[in-house]
Amino acid sequence: MTDAVHRLENGGRIDRTQRLSFHFDGETMHGHPGDTLASALLANGVRLVGRSFKYHRPRGLMAAGGEEPNGLVRLRQGGRAEPNVRATEIILYDGLVAESQNRWPSLNFDLGAVNDRLSPLFPAGFYYKTFMWPASLWPTYEAVIRRMAGLGKAAESADPDRYEKQYAHCDVLVVGAGPAGLAAAHWAGRTGARVILADEGAELGGALLGNGQRIDGRPGMNWAAGIGAELARAENVRLLPRTIVAGYYDHNALTLLERVADHLLQPDQGQPRQRLWQVRAKQVVLATGALERPLVLANNDRPGVMGAGAVQTYINRYGVRPGRRAVLFTNNDSAYPAAMDLAKAGVAVAAVVELRAQAPLRYLPELEQLGIELLVDRAVLSVTGRKSVTGVQIGKLNEAGDGVVAGLERRIDCDLLCLSGGWTPSLHLLSQSGAGLQWDAAQGCFLPGPGRAAASQAVRVAGAANGDFGLQDCLTLGAEAGNAAANDAGHRRRGRGPRKPAADDAAAPLPPRPIWSIPGPGRNGGNNSGSNGGKAFVDFQSDVTAADLRLAAREGYRSIEHVKRYTTTGMGTDQGRTSNINALGIVAQALDVPVPQVGHTTFRPPFSPVTFGALAGGQVGPLLDPVRRTPMHGWHLAAGAVFEPVGQWQRPYYYPKAGEDMAAAVDRESLAARTSVGLMDATTLGKIDIQGPDAAEFLNRIYTNGWKGLAVGGCRYGLMLGEDGMIFDDGVTARLGQGHFHMTTTTGNAGHVLDWLESWLQTEWPELVVYCTSVTEQWAVAALCGPNARRLLAELCPDLDLSPAAFPYMTWQTAALPGVAGGLEARIFRIGFTGELSFEINVPAGHGPTLWQALMAAGEKYAITPFGTEAMHVLRAEVGFIIVGQETDGTTTPEDLGLGRMVSGKKDFLGKRSLSRSDSMRQDRPALVGLLTDDPGLRVPEGAQLIAGTNPAPPQRGQGHVTSSYHSPNLGRTFALAMLEGGHGRHGEAIHIAYDGRAVPATVTAPRFLDPVLEAPERAK
Amino acid sequence: MTGPRHQPLAHLALAAAREAPRPDAGVTLRALPYQPSIILRGESGDAAFVKAFRAGLGFDLPLAPNHVSSHDEITALWLGPSEWLILGDVGPVAPAGQGRLARALAGRHHAIISQGDGRQIIAVSGPRARDVLGKLCPLDLESPDLAPGHCARSILARCGILLHPQPGGAYHLHVARSFADYAWRVLAEAGLEFGVAIASGD
Repeated sequence: MTDAVHRLENGGRIDRTQRLSFHFDGETMHGHPGDTLASALLANGVRLVGRSFKYHRPRGLMAAGGEEPNGLVRLRQGGRAEPNVRATEIILYDGLVAESQNRWPSLNFDLGAVNDRLSPLFPAGFYYKTFMWPASLWPTYEAVIRRMAGLGKAAESADPDRYEKQYAHCDVLVVGAGPAGLAAAHWAGRTGARVILADEGAELGGALLGNGQRIDGRPGMNWAAGIGAELARAENVRLLPRTIVAGYYDHNALTLLERVADHLLQPDQGQPRQRLWQVRAKQVVLATGALERPLVLANNDRPGVMGAGAVQTYINRYGVRPGRRAVLFTNNDSAYPAAMDLAKAGVAVAAVVELRAQAPLRYLPELEQLGIELLVDRAVLSVTGRKSVTGVQIGKLNEAGDGVVAGLERRIDCDLLCLSGGWTPSLHLLSQSGAGLQWDAAQGCFLPGPGRAAASQAVRVAGAANGDFGLQDCLTLGAEAGNAAANDAGHRRRGRGPRKPAADDAAAPLPPRPIWSIPGPGRNGGNNSGSNGGKAFVDFQSDVTAADLRLAAREGYRSIEHVKRYTTTGMGTDQGRTSNINALGIVAQALDVPVPQVGHTTFRPPFSPVTFGALAGGQVGPLLDPVRRTPMHGWHLAAGAVFEPVGQWQRPYYYPKAGEDMAAAVDRESLAARTSVGLMDATTLGKIDIQGPDAAEFLNRIYTNGWKGLAVGGCRYGLMLGEDGMIFDDGVTARLGQGHFHMTTTTGNAGHVLDWLESWLQTEWPELVVYCTSVTEQWAVAALCGPNARRLLAELCPDLDLSPAAFPYMTWQTAALPGVAGGLEARIFRIGFTGELSFEINVPAGHGPTLWQALMAAGEKYAITPFGTEAMHVLRAEVGFIIVGQETDGTTTPEDLGLGRMVSGKKDFLGKRSLSRSDSMRQDRPALVGLLTDDPGLRVPEGAQLIAGTNPAPPQRGQGHVTSSYHSPNLGRTFALAMLEGGHGRHGEAIHIAYDGRAVPATVTAPRFLDPVLEAPERAK
Repeated sequence: MTGPRHQPLAHLALAAAREAPRPDAGVTLRALPYQPSIILRGESGDAAFVKAFRAGLGFDLPLAPNHVSSHDEITALWLGPSEWLILGDVGPVAPAGQGRLARALAGRHHAIISQGDGRQIIAVSGPRARDVLGKLCPLDLESPDLAPGHCARSILARCGILLHPQPGGAYHLHVARSFADYAWRVLAEAGLEFGVAIASGD
């Protein structure tokens, strides 16, 4: 049963036994399974589906597929809402909700439509001409223009659905499942090759589903269903319906957007809404078909003007009668079958208007039998009606096609005008692949460049996309392309191939008569300026008329790339699918050059819009980026730590106790580490095992300081420079054996440092016998720090002599910890980053938590305090230890930080030469200093500028900036580190810090506020 | 003997154990327990080194890229022209030179570096294991180059993995310890479509 007014009683691929409810602009309507939103709207008599982009003109559906420029809607609601979806691509489901766009207050009555009357104010390029002065007002104009123009509204809340990515590899990727694509996949599949067949439609068959053509004596759609069923059974073939191939990249990498659940009210449990495929294909067959062009004539955008092929699809596939009385206007053969289909569907066909002087004879008998009037060598000059077509004005063009022969005009009433301006092969993907296109003057379109040599990748084009518009060519050449692609991928068929399909109508169509723009009624040399006969649209989505293009040509634009940007033709979400060729033709005509000389615009991915959800895939929310956890992470969590991301690591920032804010917690932690004992998780530091007889020589070249003299058992701090002489990383490296070192790096730079070491070893110094291996993950590190650190550690390793003489600063030892995990072996380094008595205890990572708990338990009597990265920063800044990336910014030399003593004069090392550049040796380079604000309670923010005078107002030249700024409980006040021009010589100077609209007075000091405990003396008890 | 190690995924396995079993699950995830392993560095072209390895462990190091060989509970995975991962107990690494492998290689330029604590192996099995991995790993999982007996380094979403195909369409994924939680979560998320089961034990 059907209750929709324009639904045919029989035919089509819809299931009339089931009724689906949907809502368009708040009105409830009904359709059937097999419908698209577009076909269901037409069946319900909805003509007006949107307002145009710039002029807010009423618009209706023109196409039945992905080339639809007008029928853009906002689909679904709330977080699932998606703007700018083509109604022709929305598969109808029960409960679907869609809204029209770009209208206010309603689709039927839209205030923005005043733009159409004001159109003289909005010529091509009005954006550039009108609102550019005064520049200060541009943001005001822009806000208004953006509201008036623009398309749909994005969703306002988070999308609740999942999206996924999928990688796939195949021998042959076939794009498009029309007759050529199906034949290609069928023949490729029979070789045993891995085949992927992707098509944007829900059903395989492409044009066969809509055009009523027959193969092997039965409907083409039945043939398609048979091939589809065989392919579905084949294990080596993967069918991807509802999938758009969006991008074609180098090395036959293609991206596909699969609409997994867009045809459902909401995705099933665990199912993604969409999936972005990244396919690597050995061979590609593009069977992307061709798109029907409209003809450019006055008011060709009125609702009720549709493509002839689209009308056929609505009748044959969806059982929809798209009008009551039709006129067809064509410059090629394909309108004739459409006229007959219309007549058979009960639509009165008032006339077929044939632009050519000769109609194709083979259709004439049937046309006559159906009583359809044929007007040869005539043109539709203009369309009447506003929200719906009411009739057409017909006339005869002169031979050149640029003027109207007077006195032969005639009007015909109709509510449907079917246009067929010829076919444009869909070569977006081929062009993206890097292949050249070639203009074919006879067909009036671009075709793949001559020979496969023009293709830079392993790609073939078959079917209408290749200019083979006849069905038999599609089938035969499609099969050949599929077979050849599989062969080239290394797969050959054993035995005979499938039976070759034969099209019932094997005649090839006659060539079209390309007239790019039909002159308006009553005009010679017709200009379609809009003042006579109405606007003649070329790009319906971007609201670009023939007059706009001619204006651009008159204003001096010669390159189609410039015309495109100036007029915005081809810049909509449809990528100019219906407009590109007409635009080229009109521009070429205006410039009086052949079309190839104008060239074509560059096709760029994506072919069709890809949602951000699909691009992000599953990498959202907690999975946005890896979160690296140390072995002690669970303990930190249980202890209530607040975490800080450092690179991808999550490190404890501080451990607030009940009632403590961050400042209080950091003060308590900083104090404990200098008065008793603190414990920090230092696992995240990069660790690199360096082995080989040349290891010391290697380090000598990598670091600024010398390494050959370091004794086994010793540790040394090192600075690494880039080739530019600027500090790149730092850390302590220990000598484990004669040819064996353990390097540590900063947390965030660990991977880069290993890459750096490897790149020098592999490319510049292959003669050095050294292996570098990351051991960051192997070791858990607990840093014990404070005056009680030694006493505490002694309890855990009673056999180790921890006295300063036996275990001095900057040495390491191995020791058994008898009480920990049954006698754990640890590497203990007497190094630290706080300037306090410190031991960094390394154990295999799996034992980290055990070690940590043992230290916490044994330290209870000293009120051991776990501390986070913020307290660590305070402690290190108190003693003037720098952090790479905080005090340095890639333009900092060792001398700038007062670390000139770290730079060896005796040997060569990476970056050395750059240190003697005049700029590296300037006396006024920014240098590390300390800062104490006059107000000891005031903490200036990091990044604050140092200024010469007391006036903080910009503009003025900064003298430097604050790099680190803290409150120190150990100093009883705030303090800061800064980079200050010529800072080494300015200690004691008064300076100001621009902060909060004030000039904060401060004193420059040495960058050290406490002396580090480097050697033996235990603090007074 | 030292006490038991903390497993990087202990927190997730515990949570998973509370869930009802999924007999219909398309993919099963399992966190393998600690296994000793080392990184072995040495030159493929150094015949004496290759020979010494064979003398020490009784089988040939895989010299062809991305190949795996094993013998007597020791498995060697090719990671690079001078780098292998050796799974299994080849003797203590420290003090240097004391282990079975180290003694065999004494006098040849080589390096042995402990790795067992630094990695987690996640076993991915079940009828949809390959489909799940295909959502996260860009390699051609159907390629004969990734049949059992091969291995490859790649990525799993945004973290590095060593992929070690197993018989029966299962995979062992080696991930760095700190990434184990992330790797487990992305696998569990990618498997939602097919149903995910968590297996316990080894």
